[in-house]
Amino acid sequence: MLIRIENLTKIYQLGKVQVRALNSINLTIEKNEYVAIMGPSGSGKSTLMNIIGCLDVPTEGRYILNDRDVSNLTDDELAQIRNKEIGFVFQTFNLLPRANALHNVELPLIYNGTPRAIRRQMALEVLEKVGLAERASHRPSELSGGQRQRVAIARALINNPSLILADEPTGNLDSKTGEEIMQILRDLNDAGNTIILVTHEEHIAQRCKRIIRLLDGEIIKDELNDI
Amino acid sequence: MAWQALVSHKLRSFLTTLGILIGVTTIITIWTTIEGLNQYVFGQLSNIGASTVYVQKYPWVIKGDFWKYRNRKNITYKEYQALVQYCTIADHISPEVFAPKKVSYKDRKFDNIFVIGTNEEYSFTANVAPEIGRFLTELDVRNKRYVCVLGREVTDQLFEKENPLGKRIRIGDKKYTVIGVLEKKGNFFGQSMDNFIIVPFGTFRRVYGGHRGMRVALLTNKTERLEEMKDQIRGILRRVRKISPAEEDDFAINQQDMLTSLYKSLTSTLFAIVFVIGGISLLVGGIGIMNIMLVSVAERTREIGIRKAIGANRKNILSQFLLEAIVISSIGGVLGIILGYFGGSAILSQMDLTSGVSITSILIGFGFSTTVGVLAGFYPAYKAAGLSPIESLRYE
Repeated sequence: MLIRIENLTKIYQLGKVQVRALNSINLTIEKNEYVAIMGPSGSGKSTLMNIIGCLDVPTEGRYILNDRDVSNLTDDELAQIRNKEIGFVFQTFNLLPRANALHNVELPLIYNGTPRAIRRQMALEVLEKVGLAERASHRPSELSGGQRQRVAIARALINNPSLILADEPTGNLDSKTGEEIMQILRDLNDAGNTIILVTHEEHIAQRCKRIIRLLDGEIIKDELNDI
Repeated sequence: MAWQALVSHKLRSFLTTLGILIGVTTIITIWTTIEGLNQYVFGQLSNIGASTVYVQKYPWVIKGDFWKYRNRKNITYKEYQALVQYCTIADHISPEVFAPKKVSYKDRKFDNIFVIGTNEEYSFTANVAPEIGRFLTELDVRNKRYVCVLGREVTDQLFEKENPLGKRIRIGDKKYTVIGVLEKKGNFFGQSMDNFIIVPFGTFRRVYGGHRGMRVALLTNKTERLEEMKDQIRGILRRVRKISPAEEDDFAINQQDMLTSLYKSLTSTLFAIVFVIGGISLLVGGIGIMNIMLVSVAERTREIGIRKAIGANRKNILSQFLLEAIVISSIGGVLGIILGYFGGSAILSQMDLTSGVSITSILIGFGFSTTVGVLAGFYPAYKAAGLSPIESLRYE
């Protein structure tokens, strides 16, 4: 079991108002699953993603990732977990604009102290995997949207994470390029990676093997999807 | 990483570091100048032997009322004799009287050549040695002979290429035989130390009068007894002059370290002023760096979010921004060291002095700029390190 979430609640304090973004969520995800988290805005899917991604901690309940309880870790401990266990793919790519593709991809390795030469080698290998080896020295501004997202995927893969967390990965792409990205994610899942994809688009969710639907901070439906 | 950010904001980084540059330049300029001056001044002062003291009417460094000193009695021959008799710690004692005189040889005439009347001990107390010929002897002095020893410059002026030894020159109204020429001593604060003539003390007094004031130079070879010697001299003179215990000395015992300490107090005041000025520009520079770093942190909130999301911890972010501030500041420091060195050299060359690159000034330049970088960069870097990754990623 990769992820076990028990009675997870997240409450935000906005001035004097308490917002219950997640309400007693229970959820388990196995290794090599391909899960879509669906829901309209305000449903709590971003909050759930932040907690699963160790960017945030729950107010109540437990989150166990890879047999480790990560519900009450410090900022720096969470940073280490993110570095080792999670690869992020964002809607807006979130590459460093001044760094070239290679440098962007090797960035996570810098933060776990991998030596420079090995870093270079590994970064080139993952860029190869997403078909961008020959663009290694290009900056994000010199790449198309699809290429940028592939660089971001390469960055997410470089530490060989337990989990790839994709937040609306096709949201800023045209449908053809979006299709390419979805194919890459599918291939990665076939190769053994666990992928959680957050989206509000039905046709994207339909490409995943399991769809979890959220509304008002609760899971309203959790179903397998045959593809 | 820090470098990348700086290169992409070349102009901004440069303007930011300007304050540091000016501060470090100021400090290094003065530092270099003072080091050059020190080298020169201490070199010059070492011409006055450290263990020679001079008994004189006036102190070298006058504090307060000049008239108090003006009304003092001259040092007399009798007092000199008392010192010779009772000052047991001194190894060499020479009386010294001075007067500018007309000097001529054949058709070459010079006005106002400095003539010193002294004894054979002068070669020790003033640390001079003959280059050719010999110095005064006890016999020359006792017999009040008409002989003279010339400084190098006087020799060159009077004799040009001729051998001066044994030649007779006219000093004032009398003729003297040249018995020796002294080694070249160079300049003392721009004043030639080779442009004088030495004659026996008694001869001088007989010819030019014995009433004039003199000074007495005393040298001890036992450096550790220098203070003791000064006390002994003081005791002898007070006794001879019958100074009651309540009165203060009406003579001065002068020594090289009086000039050294005067010089030191002058330069340390200058130092203090410059450090305040330099310090203010470094402070302003530091504020500039802090300001621009805060802007930089705000501009790069999203970058901070990305870095945190992929695993950067607080320390990583803190050191990235701190390093950036230090690099900006150090660039100003390095440029300041270079400019300051050229500035100092330019000032020194106006005074015909030279200077070297000193490790101390480089360390000072680096030290100041790095410290300012750390102090100014810390708050912005700390702020960056504390940003929440979620909020930062959402930042537009």
